[in-house]
Amino acid sequence: MPAPSTTEAARRNRNLCAIGGGVLLVAVLALLPGVASPYTLTMILPVFAYAIALLGLNLLFGTSGLLSFGHALFLAIGAYAAAVMTGHWGVKSLELVLLGGIAAAVVVAIPVGFLSVRYTRIFFGMLTLSFGMLFHSFLIKFYNVTGGDTGMSVKRVRLLGLDLSHLSRVEFQTGPLYYYALVLVIAATLLMWRIVQSPFGLHLRAQRDNARKAEYLGVRVHAFRLAAFVLSAAYGAVAGVLLAVRSGNADPELAYWTHSGELVFMTVLGGFASFVGPLVGAFAFIFLRDWLMGMTEFWRLAMGGILVLVVIFVPRGLAGLAADATTRLRNQFDLRSRR
Amino acid sequence: MTSALIEVKSASRTFGSFTALAPIDLAISSGEFVAIVGPNGAGKTTLVNLLTGLLRPSTGSVTFKGQDVSRLGPVRLARMGMARGFQLVTVFPELTVAETIAVAAFSRLGRAHHWFSSAHSDGDINGRVARVADAFGLTDRLEQPARLLAQGEKKLLDVASAFALEPEVILLDEPTSGVSTADKHAIMQTLVIASEKMGVKAVVLIEHDMDLVATYAGRIVGLHAGRVIADRPKNDFFTDAEVVAMVVGRPPKGFH
Ligand SMILES: Nc1ncnc2c1ncn2[C@@H]1O[C@H](COP(=O)(O)OP(=O)(O)O)[C@@H](O)[C@H]1O
Ligand SMILES: [Mg+2]
Repeated sequence: MPAPSTTEAARRNRNLCAIGGGVLLVAVLALLPGVASPYTLTMILPVFAYAIALLGLNLLFGTSGLLSFGHALFLAIGAYAAAVMTGHWGVKSLELVLLGGIAAAVVVAIPVGFLSVRYTRIFFGMLTLSFGMLFHSFLIKFYNVTGGDTGMSVKRVRLLGLDLSHLSRVEFQTGPLYYYALVLVIAATLLMWRIVQSPFGLHLRAQRDNARKAEYLGVRVHAFRLAAFVLSAAYGAVAGVLLAVRSGNADPELAYWTHSGELVFMTVLGGFASFVGPLVGAFAFIFLRDWLMGMTEFWRLAMGGILVLVVIFVPRGLAGLAADATTRLRNQFDLRSRR
Repeated sequence: MTSALIEVKSASRTFGSFTALAPIDLAISSGEFVAIVGPNGAGKTTLVNLLTGLLRPSTGSVTFKGQDVSRLGPVRLARMGMARGFQLVTVFPELTVAETIAVAAFSRLGRAHHWFSSAHSDGDINGRVARVADAFGLTDRLEQPARLLAQGEKKLLDVASAFALEPEVILLDEPTSGVSTADKHAIMQTLVIASEKMGVKAVVLIEHDMDLVATYAGRIVGLHAGRVIADRPKNDFFTDAEVVAMVVGRPPKGFH
């Protein structure tokens, strides 16, 4: 059968390109601490955190067709779990804090997801938004537990059992924590890649395209949506832990709806169709915001304008733009080599 | 205990004050090829929706293998051996033809919850996808996203994916609409052959083309304005001119 074998070859080719590109990207990021300023490096740390959150959000939006406007809820849960564990319980290991954050997010995501995934589109968005706002008010109102407006502090953690308290804040963030987060990004990306390519991922895409038809083909629409929701919440919690460990603080703004909006902004900016989209979106957002904040006090207005332009002119995001460009290049190359 | 796969006991369906389907009794058994015929608006789709649990009956009950279909729900019905196609084209626009068929094949083999294996390199699944695609002439379309298919091909894909569940009963709502007459016969041939190959025990088919119905169906249920006007073996159906005239939408002879 010649037809399947050529497509098989094309798929393998595409995978090789993706792996090559990924290795190159990782190499650049790994070498960055040697050349970039500490200021830039401390900004890349949140890029890594957000990239992980966006991978989870992409599973919901890109793969499952569910756009959450309350996903910051799970970043906040990760951050507050870090604060409680390091502050109140004396936990020192970041690995344990990550597991604790994930566990807390899963416990919350199961009931929230159970109620939300019965709906799609704007109804799903509104429900998730409401749950996010609910949690935000909880953080503000129960200030004797949560510290209210000021939030809670997060103590310095050990990485893989290593006590790094002798390092300064900047040394910690631009050295060990930077690489720790980079490894987490790589692991989170590979894991998500497997999940999206799996039969589970296929059924998620089927229900996204046509839920009724999918049901009659035996797709367990609600159960799988819930599983995707819980997984993306776990990714959000990992991001929240990293953000809180970096800033040394968990504050209620993390759960505020504008933070959820920023996650959606980053998703749109990077594009939700590929696995580099999250990294690109997070990177573009954070550096763009930093640049605009230094230029004008109307930076929010400028960000809004840019979002409008991206939606109209680059609907598949910056990563989609790059993918189109490489496809065009490859096609040209193929044509030339065939001649 | 009966041998019927699907059993309808005085089930009816109303929408507000409008009766789309008056109470009807129907039993569909293993080995039957049943055509549901009638003019537009007769209630054919409503009947199939009742049979597949998509609509709840307003009165009465519908059971599949003795269990209430609306309580079972689509996923369990699929697992128990019921599959259906839809009248309006329903595909997964962004999934390829191979992926669409694979969706059903993964359900059938109970492998949908595998999170870490690759959906593209499961040998059993790929074998099934290739067989089904071959049976429906979709082999050179395997890697095409469904949204790029021609209308007739989309319809075929809808039917093919239902077959990929390897069901015992399959219900199809006008699978040949929007297809040329020559292709209609090809599709029906495919249906019959695929049903035999894949062990489908009963076929329920809504079809407007009386030529096709006369050629392939064994039993015909004629609907008119929400009522069953005939439920007979094919030969007894077509000898009754009045019934035929009503189901093709013309008033019976001598009516005016
Ligand atoms: N969801 C609905 N709400 C209101 N009326 C409906 C609905 N579905 C079908 N009907 C009406 O019921 C009648 C039968 O429809 P249908 O079963 O689709 O007919 P057929 O498939 O035979 O053309 C039609 O008059 C249609 O307008
Ligand atoms: Mg109809």
